[in-house]
Amino acid sequence: MEVKNKILDKSFLKKILSSKGAYLLLLPGMGLFFTFILFPLIYSLRMSFYKWNIVDIGASKFIGFSNYVRVINDPIFIRATLNTIVYTLITVPGQILFALVVAILLNQKIKGRTFFRVAYYIPVITSWVVVTFLFEYFFGSQAGLVNFILKDMLHLVDKKIMWLTDPILVMIPLNLLGIWKGVGWSAIILLAALQNIPLDLYEAATIDGAGIWHKITKITLPLIRPTLVFLVVVLVIGGFNVYVSGLLMTKGGNPLDLSHFILTLMYKKTFTNLDFGYGSAISYLLAAFIFMVSVIEIKLLRRKVEY
Amino acid sequence: MLTTKEERIFRNISYILLICGVVITLVPFIYMISASFKSQIYTFEYPPRLIPRDPTLENYIKALGKDLFGRNLLNSFFVATATTISTVFISSLMAYAFSRMQFPGKEVFFYILLLGMMIPPVMLIIPQFIIAKNLHLLDSLWGLIVVYVSVTLSMQTFLLRGFFETIPRELEEAVLVDGGTRWDIFRKIILPLSKPGLAVVAIFTFLYAWDEFPWAHVAIREGSRRTLPVAIALFQSQYLTQWGLLFSATTVASIPVIIVFVIFQRYFIQGVVTSGLK
Repeated sequence: MEVKNKILDKSFLKKILSSKGAYLLLLPGMGLFFTFILFPLIYSLRMSFYKWNIVDIGASKFIGFSNYVRVINDPIFIRATLNTIVYTLITVPGQILFALVVAILLNQKIKGRTFFRVAYYIPVITSWVVVTFLFEYFFGSQAGLVNFILKDMLHLVDKKIMWLTDPILVMIPLNLLGIWKGVGWSAIILLAALQNIPLDLYEAATIDGAGIWHKITKITLPLIRPTLVFLVVVLVIGGFNVYVSGLLMTKGGNPLDLSHFILTLMYKKTFTNLDFGYGSAISYLLAAFIFMVSVIEIKLLRRKVEY
Repeated sequence: MLTTKEERIFRNISYILLICGVVITLVPFIYMISASFKSQIYTFEYPPRLIPRDPTLENYIKALGKDLFGRNLLNSFFVATATTISTVFISSLMAYAFSRMQFPGKEVFFYILLLGMMIPPVMLIIPQFIIAKNLHLLDSLWGLIVVYVSVTLSMQTFLLRGFFETIPRELEEAVLVDGGTRWDIFRKIILPLSKPGLAVVAIFTFLYAWDEFPWAHVAIREGSRRTLPVAIALFQSQYLTQWGLLFSATTVASIPVIIVFVIFQRYFIQGVVTSGLK
């Protein structure tokens, strides 16, 4: 009742009319956003409940949760999920750890700080396509640098390792790539957080005779906790969304679909097998999973910080 | 700052560690450039060499002359530039409305827009593909541009709104007193004063559009309309082991990005930090 009155209320109408300038400014952006983001989001949810017919959409059949049931019972999906979870569990701590070291080292009066910052950031801005091929070249079985170092320089192995054709071994270059490409981004964000810590805290600790390790664990880490939480959440989302590197390095999940990530499997099911409903169900499962994990992370990691 | 002996030692160790880190970070790129100057037989040389034997430009000549590579490079420039201009324009209009105007539904629109920052873009590829098909945007550069603008809008509007809010409102009142309009305020005050913010948005968007692979890979089938990342990926599957050729192409694709980044790195890092720490 109240809502109805409000809409009929003249002053409200006037307000809408007088705001037409604002709506005009929003129109192009919101138009694009609704067409290419929001509508697809809902459309894809709908597709996931259908046996989708790509030729004649009208002939698509509502099948309830069948696509979801098929996805969950598919051993290839389970394998892809495991690969993705392992990737996330390795690359997220890996990136944060190295980034933390870089950020702490850079947070001093150091010569060439700009140079270091730029250098560490270059992998971040380079295309995934390019860096994936770089890693393929390094881990190549014929003349790859990695095999050369392991076999001929360090003598750790006695024959060249076939990194790229084995479904388990290929995860090693993929995970290393994930860490290597991401360190710069986390380091920049951590460095900004470190610069916000008041210097007198460290000076007081120095007077009290605290060593560097003590300062890091007792001052630095607790004070940058909110930033660490932020990084964990964002990087975990990024980890679950790993896509381009896997698609290119494993040539689409080869051998035998054992080296898929969740999204490369989605791509294959959708655009190779043309099973659009199944692909959409995978997307939604992934989104639901990411959402759940993010909520849990924020709950677990975010405790009040006392200064 | 008090400097103890321990801190001096720590600083010296820091240099060593940082330099090691930079080597690990940059060696792949140096290797890429080096391989791009090697003729085919030397890319499989074992043990691998960092400095190419008889460096040659043949890969670059071959790659740039290869069917459509020049065309793909131009496509990338066009798509990245058009995306950047459109995004900067559209998101600054929206950011202005959100930061300076009062209208019914403001909060709702803003939160809906923020939703866009949380959706992983690859998840939307399937329905976007169907929509683009119905709008006849498949196999068209405009099909890439509209999706890229839509994907980057949320983040960029959010960033710009932050920048606009730091501009003092007294300046605008002065314009209004002089008989200026809102459009004057936007053009003469807000835009010139948020140049650093606009620079951040422009650089982010350009790099994103230049590097984007998943959507371009799905939306473009026709060889002459491909952008560089897709062209390079297919290049590799076609000329599987011609690493010299491939790396001359990736070098050409990476250099504009690295140059843009090095020139604008100050703005860029500022942008990463503001978008990351809210």
